[in-house]
Amino acid sequence: MHRHLDRKLSLILPAVLVALVAASCGGSSTPAPASPAPSPSVAAAASPAPSPSAPAAASSEPSPSAAAATTLKVALVAPSAVNDLAFTQSMVEALNSLKAKYNLEIAVSDNQFVVATAANVIQNYASQGYNLIIAHGSQYGSTIQQLAPQFPNVSFAWGTAGSTYNLPNVFAYQANSNEGGYVQGAMAALLSKSKVLGVIGPIAVGDAKLYVDGFCAGAKFVEASISCIPVYTGSFSDVSLMATAATTFVANKADVLTGTAQAVVGAIGVAKSHNLPWFGTQWTQVSLAPSNVVASQVYNWAPILEQILTEIQGGKLGGATFTATLGNGGEQIQFNPGFNLPAAVKAKADELIKGITEGSVNVPQ
Amino acid sequence: MSGTESDEPMRATVAGGRVDLGRFLLSWFAVPSALIIALLLGAVMMLALGANPLTGYSALVTGAFGGSYALSSTAIQAVPLLLVGVGICIAFRANVFNIGGEGQIAMGGLAGSATALALPNLPSPVMIPLVLLAGAAGGAIWGAIPGVFKAKYNVNEILSTIMLNLVAVQVMNYLLAGPMVDQSPDSVGGLIPETKLLPPNSLLPILVKGTQLHLGVPIAVIVAICVYFLLWRTSFGFQIRSVGLSRNASAYAGMPVKRTITLAMTLSGAMCGLAGAILVFGSISHRMVTDGSLTGFTGSAGFNGIVVALFGGLNPLWTIVSAFFFGGLIVGGSSLQVATGVPSDLVTALSGIVVVLVVSLEYLRRRARAQSIALGGPRAASPPRRPHQDPPLAVKGGGDR
Amino acid sequence: MNQFFTVDVLTVTVASGIALATPFLLAALGETIGQRSGVINLGVDGIMLLAAFATYYTALQTGNLLFAILAGAGTGTIMGMITALVSVTLKAEQGISGIGIYLFGLGFSALLFQKLVGTPLPIATLPPVGIPLLDEIPVVGGMFFKQSVLVYLAFLLVPIVAFVLNRTTYGLKIKAVGENPAAADSLGVSVARIRWSTVMLGCTFAGLAGASLLMYGGIFQVNLTQSEGFIAVALVYFGAWRPVGVMGGSLLYGLVGVVILTWKSLGIIPLSASDLAATAPAVITVLALLFLARRFRQPAALGRPYEREG
Repeated sequence: MHRHLDRKLSLILPAVLVALVAASCGGSSTPAPASPAPSPSVAAAASPAPSPSAPAAASSEPSPSAAAATTLKVALVAPSAVNDLAFTQSMVEALNSLKAKYNLEIAVSDNQFVVATAANVIQNYASQGYNLIIAHGSQYGSTIQQLAPQFPNVSFAWGTAGSTYNLPNVFAYQANSNEGGYVQGAMAALLSKSKVLGVIGPIAVGDAKLYVDGFCAGAKFVEASISCIPVYTGSFSDVSLMATAATTFVANKADVLTGTAQAVVGAIGVAKSHNLPWFGTQWTQVSLAPSNVVASQVYNWAPILEQILTEIQGGKLGGATFTATLGNGGEQIQFNPGFNLPAAVKAKADELIKGITEGSVNVPQ
Repeated sequence: MSGTESDEPMRATVAGGRVDLGRFLLSWFAVPSALIIALLLGAVMMLALGANPLTGYSALVTGAFGGSYALSSTAIQAVPLLLVGVGICIAFRANVFNIGGEGQIAMGGLAGSATALALPNLPSPVMIPLVLLAGAAGGAIWGAIPGVFKAKYNVNEILSTIMLNLVAVQVMNYLLAGPMVDQSPDSVGGLIPETKLLPPNSLLPILVKGTQLHLGVPIAVIVAICVYFLLWRTSFGFQIRSVGLSRNASAYAGMPVKRTITLAMTLSGAMCGLAGAILVFGSISHRMVTDGSLTGFTGSAGFNGIVVALFGGLNPLWTIVSAFFFGGLIVGGSSLQVATGVPSDLVTALSGIVVVLVVSLEYLRRRARAQSIALGGPRAASPPRRPHQDPPLAVKGGGDR
Repeated sequence: MNQFFTVDVLTVTVASGIALATPFLLAALGETIGQRSGVINLGVDGIMLLAAFATYYTALQTGNLLFAILAGAGTGTIMGMITALVSVTLKAEQGISGIGIYLFGLGFSALLFQKLVGTPLPIATLPPVGIPLLDEIPVVGGMFFKQSVLVYLAFLLVPIVAFVLNRTTYGLKIKAVGENPAAADSLGVSVARIRWSTVMLGCTFAGLAGASLLMYGGIFQVNLTQSEGFIAVALVYFGAWRPVGVMGGSLLYGLVGVVILTWKSLGIIPLSASDLAATAPAVITVLALLFLARRFRQPAALGRPYEREG
């Protein structure tokens, strides 16, 4: 059989290939840009042409003005879908909310979970004259470390992690998700009658680990004898595994659940079907379980983005780390009015938020 | 390249004095027709999604082949496809269905990274071959396990290779978040599952300034050529192909069937492991990074490589072309997404359609060719090869053949 | 460990294992039927994805779970027709065409999901239904008899498929066609028709598997199956092409997975071993086959298209 395929196919394929190459080389190098859609708008040129010195379109005037006349071209590279109700969505929403104020032209490349491909995408954006490239995923960091020096006139923003690699054109942003986790863990401990909490995570790294550790720390702070054992399923995207993990917690008498990762929707479904309270993180998940979600730690990247954009307008392309905290509005605990939260629990939460903001409450790292 | 019966229809139709246009067209233009049908279907889908197919396709072609940068991106994307494909050529020719490419790639990447990090001060001419060999070794081990299981214990290789993929991802996550993790502030003190920066001496040098085209590309091509010679010019290669065609006949002829099968799987794994090492040492990031999944590291090369090999007729030389083409599809898919907003999943779906169409039309082509022969010409006397007499490509696992 | 061996925990563990195993079982049963007749279908995962999306979308639009499940099964049947056309009538190389269908299913389901659905909303899932009387048996009742209807359907199909294969003329024809299609042909059995029927049936099962997977999580995501379809194909080999064996393999795989998660939640498996523990279902399945290596032969004509000579 192999021989049959091999002959004709292997003669046709190169012929087709040659034809394609000839066609593309013969035509103009840059196709006309696609008409920009309302939001998010798509990038202009499709063919990457690397230029050693990318034009710095950012205004280099020293006086920063909030509503800049020049357009800032911003590209976002993210590992999951723009409507994942979690990590990526939080950044997309924040970026879109600033579009008018900062006169942004936004391009989004989502679902970039293959790190090597994402590296190419970032490189393409850099060489197409984008002013700011947001690499929204800790796995992109090592790529930024290598690419940023090659494009000194482009600003790179990397999250969620706290290292700029000491490069002058890299901003870093992170979220102290353990803070919101701490507050929610405390609430969960107070709400729990069985004193067993269910915590489900993907892999014990990064933002997931921070949140989970904070959650259990907060729970233990309020109730020392509480059982808060996190289960890491081993995958960010396996929905049934997370649902199963949630079910095993329920079997073990857990009566409050929380979790993080894009596959956490499976666990939320279990919380819903057993009518248990759920705490969410990264984005509001009320739409998934309107009467079970107690609160969500929502990331609001807008303040950090504003700071970054302002710096860029002022001519500074990097060298600073921004942290989203409960105190600066980067993290917000959004309570779900559809959940009947006892006043005492809410009071405790408010007290803890205030304490963390003022620094009187110390959340372990 | 071997195989002469495919020359027959041409000679039959021409020598027989009748130019049978219909069958001639079918025989030669089946594959382009499949491509055109797929392109049309893709255009329909794009229209349905509100995108302009012309913009989309031109973005795809330009993104893949338009200019030196695009071509280098395509070439780089093709490297793992080519190496996996070459490995599949070896395995499938021995009638072993290796679907464990993904795991073998990951293991190769890990082995290469570990070696480089353990011996950071070696000079480049020693370091680079060493880490690539280490990668090949890592993949070889991961391929040898199902090979041994099949040869000695009759465990079907579809099962064992799939299961080993599942094991590989967890091993990768464990190592990259644990023993091999970078604890420095760059990686936020170990919070990011990635290795330390790889020693500069281990990185594959870039061959064309201004692009990312690295040494891995010529290495992969040379390996493919070597494997071609292995399969058709050595006795071991003959054994592989013989065992693939008939285990019983080969055993009867005194060939070490079990050892051949095991070695074929091991070599296949080694190719994938080499691909993994090249992915790591040719990467932009200069580290091995994981996002928790195999695909995040491999880009599904362990899987797409199978298609690439089959489109290359299980011949390493044609696999080079096929890998380049498929690599272009993947690279172009990103451009299509950027230009039209249509997710690159469209390209995945289209590639599936192309695969199905091409193998479907294959049969019609064979029949057309057979009928051409039957209709006239000096070769009419020799019976054509019937499909069910062809060496079966699918699994031959569990039990005697 | 004593926490694990309590009635409540064990009950839920077994019940969850059964529920988790169901999509594997359905897909593997379908693949078994097809493979017994000599057709290997590697596109199961893609069909499951398309069916899962169809189920999800129908449920979102109509709110009717029965329609949704029928949509899923129907998607399977349609894909079965395509698969049969390609593998049986056009006699394409089955391994390759299967992978092509997988790629198509993966890409197309993701495309439709991203374009038709937007922000995902969960659907109502199938509630567990207790079988009267049986579900009141202490311990065992809670384990086996409080599942959703799809679970019952899947496990009912095991004896049915076994019966059909072993005790009906149709089953005999299937096996004959899988072992020696030329002989079957000479006896008047239409090889093509039998294979068409088994492939369509098998893919309908795969459609049901996709529907049941969706019902388990209650929401669709890109690549929802995470290659489960391939694991299901692997389980056919584990089960030696027999429905009971396939059921055993699916249960083993599902149960080990749930036990690992349960042990993690009870703290029996420490965090440091979390990643490696997740390999347990795969490792145990392979080891089990290693030690149980039976000498069951695969259908002799598996993977080879049939063409009548002369």
